[in-house]
Amino acid sequence: MEPDSAKPVRPPLLQSVLALPLPRSYLNFVGRQLFRFLQTVQGVGAFALITLGVTFTKFNASWRVVHPLIRAQVDRAGVRLLPGIVLMGLVLGLVIVGQTVSLLQKIGAGQYAGTVMVTVLIRELGPLATALLVLARVGTAIVVELGLSRAQGEVEALEALGIDPVHYLVMPRVLGLAAAIFSLTVYLILVAVCSGYLFVFLQDVPLLPADYFGQIARALKWEDFALLGLKTATFGAIIATVTCYQGLAQRLRLEDVSDATTRAVAQSVAGCVLADALFILVYLLM
Amino acid sequence: MSAPADNSATAPLIELVDASIASAQEPEVALVAGVSWRLRPGEYWAVGGLDWAGKSDWLTTVAGLQQPVAGAHLLFGRDTASITEAERVAERLRVGLVFENGGRLFTHMTVAQNIALPLRYHRNCPPEETREAVEAALEFAGLADFANQMTSQLNRSWRQRVALARALILQPEVLLLDNPLAGLDPRQTRWWLDTLDALNAGHPFLSGRPLALVATADDLRPWQARARQFALLQRRRWVDLGGRSDLSASSDTVVLDFLSA
Repeated sequence: MEPDSAKPVRPPLLQSVLALPLPRSYLNFVGRQLFRFLQTVQGVGAFALITLGVTFTKFNASWRVVHPLIRAQVDRAGVRLLPGIVLMGLVLGLVIVGQTVSLLQKIGAGQYAGTVMVTVLIRELGPLATALLVLARVGTAIVVELGLSRAQGEVEALEALGIDPVHYLVMPRVLGLAAAIFSLTVYLILVAVCSGYLFVFLQDVPLLPADYFGQIARALKWEDFALLGLKTATFGAIIATVTCYQGLAQRLRLEDVSDATTRAVAQSVAGCVLADALFILVYLLM
Repeated sequence: MSAPADNSATAPLIELVDASIASAQEPEVALVAGVSWRLRPGEYWAVGGLDWAGKSDWLTTVAGLQQPVAGAHLLFGRDTASITEAERVAERLRVGLVFENGGRLFTHMTVAQNIALPLRYHRNCPPEETREAVEAALEFAGLADFANQMTSQLNRSWRQRVALARALILQPEVLLLDNPLAGLDPRQTRWWLDTLDALNAGHPFLSGRPLALVATADDLRPWQARARQFALLQRRRWVDLGGRSDLSASSDTVVLDFLSA
């Protein structure tokens, strides 16, 4: 039998859509964004590897000059932010921890308070909130100071004096911020847990301190401590690497510094969220 | 002024062989091509050029901070393209460099801290151990009264002196100066020219060891009676003008035009 050649054959919908010509400007935009993203990933990745290499090979080189710089960064990103972290811990404790525990008690699920605290506060909220505070207070300042140094030729002056800018400027910031975010997160969690119980106590919830802290202690595993250290250090390293990269790795003019700061904030947040997502996978496997 | 020494038999300290110099902003663009030049111990070069002629890029290439896009750069007889970064840094420490426009000092440090930094970094020593050397450098540069001031509080000519002291603190064998006389008043200009003469002849600050000098300049006239070798960066070319007598006897319109500018 002869096929009915007069009957039109309709292609599948997806093929029809893909066959449609896209506006050139749209393709152009998407292509540029994609290339820019890949360039940034490549640039930050290479910069991170260089910093890692310098940290391993030169950690003890010129330690009388460089180690005080690490301590200065811990002081700047850690000690000086302690009042802010205590305030944030109090707010988190009263608003989130206290309300959550109080609610769990009211619905008869008080035995889950420890698990909820560990999951919400210790694994997620504490490290991320601390990282964002450090990014806002110190990360932005790093881009500005390094961007200005670069624009004014101070980085070339370091090179002319035989001083490795990654060793002198980047390594102290990466190690300092990693240590600072870890320490601040510990303080934030402690303050939030304590102020959370204060809220519970003020709400007349029938929960003894021993039960409250006991629940949290029982919900904690040793992996939580290790992963908390690893996660907070990773956040610190990401923020320091991205902000140093935006300030140093390209020749900036004075007018470029504000744009570099905005880019650094966006990329640091994206980097931390991405790292957080990877840590969630680890927690799920635990 | 002493007669120029015959250094032709001495091994060059720095050498450019048919080198093309790129712009630091656009590394793919060659500003000057075909530069063959040698710096020997005790020489005193003044290299002229108009704005954007590539003087600063030529000087940073000579210092080993950027590689020529073509040709070779030899630092103390070693091709900088074929040695490791650590070896390059070690050779570079034998070369002092004073940047133009205030010397690119570290603005968050005092004058004394700026001068001490290279010494402290490379010798890994606490501030107390560098105090004597820093005080000598401050005295040499006439900066003793400014030791604890922030560099941002100084005007450009004094900042330039801090940069000179910082470049000399590691006792280099070669001193490169990028347009050191730009924007200076006559008194400061005289101080710089006298000090550079003394360094070239052998200053007590450098234990009497003569220092090879290379200075770039917008205007060669102040250097005519001081430097002993002259060159021009003109229209993307390196023009060797010879010695002092060659310069004054030159009938080349480019040179005459430059000297009367």
